[in-house]
Amino acid sequence: MTHSHEPLIHIAKRDGIVWWKGWLIRIAGVVLALIVSALFIYGLTKLNPVKVYGAMWQGAFGTSKRTWVTIRDMLMLLCIGVGLAPAFAMRFWNIGAEGQILMGGCATAAVMLYGGATMPTWLLLVLGFVVSLIAGAVWGLIPAIFKARWNTNETLFTLMMNYLAIQITSFLVAKWENPYGSNTVGIINKSTQAGWFPAIFGQQYMLNVIIVLAVTILMFLYLRYSKQGYEIAVVGESENTARYAGISVKKVIIRTMAISGAICGLSGFVAVSGASHTISTSTAGGRGFTAIIVAWMAKFNTFVMILIALLLVFLEKGAQQIASQFRLNDYASNVVMGIILFFLLGSEFFINYSVHFRHHGKEVSQA
Amino acid sequence: MKKIFALLLALCMVFALAACGSSAGSAPAAEEAPAAEEAAPAAEEAVEETAPAEEPAEAEEPAEEAAPAGEGIAAEDLIVGMVCVEDENSGYDYAHIEGVETAMANLGIPAENLILKVDIPEDETCYDAIVDLAEQGCDIVFTDSYGHQSYAEQAAVDYPDVIVVSMTGDYAWTTGLDNYKNAFPHTFESRYVSGVVAGMKLQEMIDNGEVPETGIDADGNYKLGYVGAYPYAEVVSGYTAFYLGVKSVVENVVMDVRFTNSWYDPIGEAAAAEALMADGCFIISQHADSTGAPGAVQAARDGGANVYCVGYNISMLSVAPTAALTSASNNWSVFYTEALQHMLDGSEIPTDWSEGYATGANYITELGESCAEGTAEKVAEVEAAIADGSLQVFDTANFTVGGETVESFLALDVDGDFVGDEGEAIIDGVFYESNTDLRSAPYFSLAIDGINQLIEG
Repeated sequence: MTHSHEPLIHIAKRDGIVWWKGWLIRIAGVVLALIVSALFIYGLTKLNPVKVYGAMWQGAFGTSKRTWVTIRDMLMLLCIGVGLAPAFAMRFWNIGAEGQILMGGCATAAVMLYGGATMPTWLLLVLGFVVSLIAGAVWGLIPAIFKARWNTNETLFTLMMNYLAIQITSFLVAKWENPYGSNTVGIINKSTQAGWFPAIFGQQYMLNVIIVLAVTILMFLYLRYSKQGYEIAVVGESENTARYAGISVKKVIIRTMAISGAICGLSGFVAVSGASHTISTSTAGGRGFTAIIVAWMAKFNTFVMILIALLLVFLEKGAQQIASQFRLNDYASNVVMGIILFFLLGSEFFINYSVHFRHHGKEVSQA
Repeated sequence: MKKIFALLLALCMVFALAACGSSAGSAPAAEEAPAAEEAAPAAEEAVEETAPAEEPAEAEEPAEEAAPAGEGIAAEDLIVGMVCVEDENSGYDYAHIEGVETAMANLGIPAENLILKVDIPEDETCYDAIVDLAEQGCDIVFTDSYGHQSYAEQAAVDYPDVIVVSMTGDYAWTTGLDNYKNAFPHTFESRYVSGVVAGMKLQEMIDNGEVPETGIDADGNYKLGYVGAYPYAEVVSGYTAFYLGVKSVVENVVMDVRFTNSWYDPIGEAAAAEALMADGCFIISQHADSTGAPGAVQAARDGGANVYCVGYNISMLSVAPTAALTSASNNWSVFYTEALQHMLDGSEIPTDWSEGYATGANYITELGESCAEGTAEKVAEVEAAIADGSLQVFDTANFTVGGETVESFLALDVDGDFVGDEGEAIIDGVFYESNTDLRSAPYFSLAIDGINQLIEG
């Protein structure tokens, strides 16, 4: 009766949390996710969950080839996440990575297709690099300019730009399809390998590693130590403060989105020239959205993004492996992935908020 | 303190969740546990067995077990990889999976030697999938969709010790690769036969005066409809054969074709079938892998329309009990058995394989209750004639293009412009489709009179 006016559960925002406690909560989230998934797997298929997790590990890292494929896909996700970081740090909701990747990918594919017969590979790579940056930047700039000048809603705008990019890609796929009518471009320059990333140290995907890691380091330095990075942070905190401090908010928005779009476009270049050697709407394949999770969970720290991207790709590869090995439907493994993501994102809740029960609410609140 | 509390709370929530999850699944678990335990080690073993093969594949060592020619591979050592564009819910892919499983059982290859990858789209994912299968020690990898071919070919280049078979594909004969093959059955033959079934029904409807008024065009032709996946030769060849099958029974027919631009799109296929029926077509066939179209036709029939359908791959009687007449189908185990036998013998798989009724690679599924009287006898007669070669589906006397009889058709494109440059397909007035002297993938792409392609799907 005395407690009737108090709610059963009281949720309060935390001011901050010691880093290791945050990680403890995250690790607990992963462990719990694994336990729940295990129960799901056992309940549904009667398979030994430990074996299933073993298979997931095999699927991602079982052979050196698989490890490299995992790394390649991780790099792709990382590159997009790094591209999104400055925009999100500025609180500009760039949901348009998907389209920016596709535009970069289309530009690269065009260079490979039209220049493949006449230009040497180094020139194709330089050209692909440049045009993909430009294409992505343009795709990022359009919503940024509208936002800066007319304060349009960037979330909707960038989202719409995705559909535009998907349609343009579909159009180009139909234009470039090989063979005719197959609705797929096939592998570009199959016989000459013109415009493909060359193997470095005998490793097919080494150039992907170099490019993406370079971008990751540069972005880290840019956001953390450059004047422009500071401006981004200020605009993200409060546009009025930024204005008061004499920062041109419009300029920062436009410049930052050009960079964000360009890096997403670059990931299209890495995907087309460095991995798939083809172009289709699945060149982006939803990774533009998944990378949002990567960027946010890492709090825009590009090095933490490596870990998050690796975890997500590991889950994806593991899910594919258990689907194949245990003849489970793809959807079953997607459920496992969903459970793990749910707990990962859920653990962020417990990092940002503390929860009190009725009895202990008052005693603990001063902590 | 409160952080630990938060953690505990999270734990509680999770266990509450977990308890719900496990209680739902635990009842049957008790009974089946031993079986599962047995199965798990078997699966494990299959993986372990292949594990040693993975390491050397990276290095230069040519895996001795996978030599394209020479000594064969023992049945228990033959690892088979399979890449499917959809999963077993798609009739087409189901037929493939069943076919390869049957073939392996026939040849005494242990079932766990099959490594299956489903839902592999027609893009770079396919390359990754084949590479992964090769790395798992597969001696032979089959891909079951046309759009896989470019990626399959690339994988064949990168893994010369693994045989890669594209079904269907165009380029095995030009690439010069020893380990890259194409195969496809004479699906046009079973489509022709399914067309005959539809023609018999049409004749019965005409005789009984049951043809809807909207089903007859201004010139007095009866209107057929066809839901196609993509507008290329494999599909063109199929619907032309179906049309000619109907035409062999009822002369004055026309056919509209709508494309969905997808192999498996239940909603799109249903929508295409509805659009065709709205245009007056009253017998709908399909070259797309879902039950979408038959479902739509059955629904229209239940709603009072006098419409029928002819399916593909699997019997549609379960979704369209009174509307479905039959389905054109392939018996894939014929090819798989032959190909895997070659692997066991160490002999070469033909670069292009294509067979039909003569070897049992084609058939139509059971006839529905709505079929016209005498259909079974007629079907048997037509099938026998196709099998012994006395009936040719694409006899040029039976169709015209722009009002003219076709005299010549070059099937093979050698310079990459998708226009035939060599390989005469018409010999003595017969268009020989999928003639393995040329190539197995269908190349009949003529737009014959009477068929109206509606590209907008």
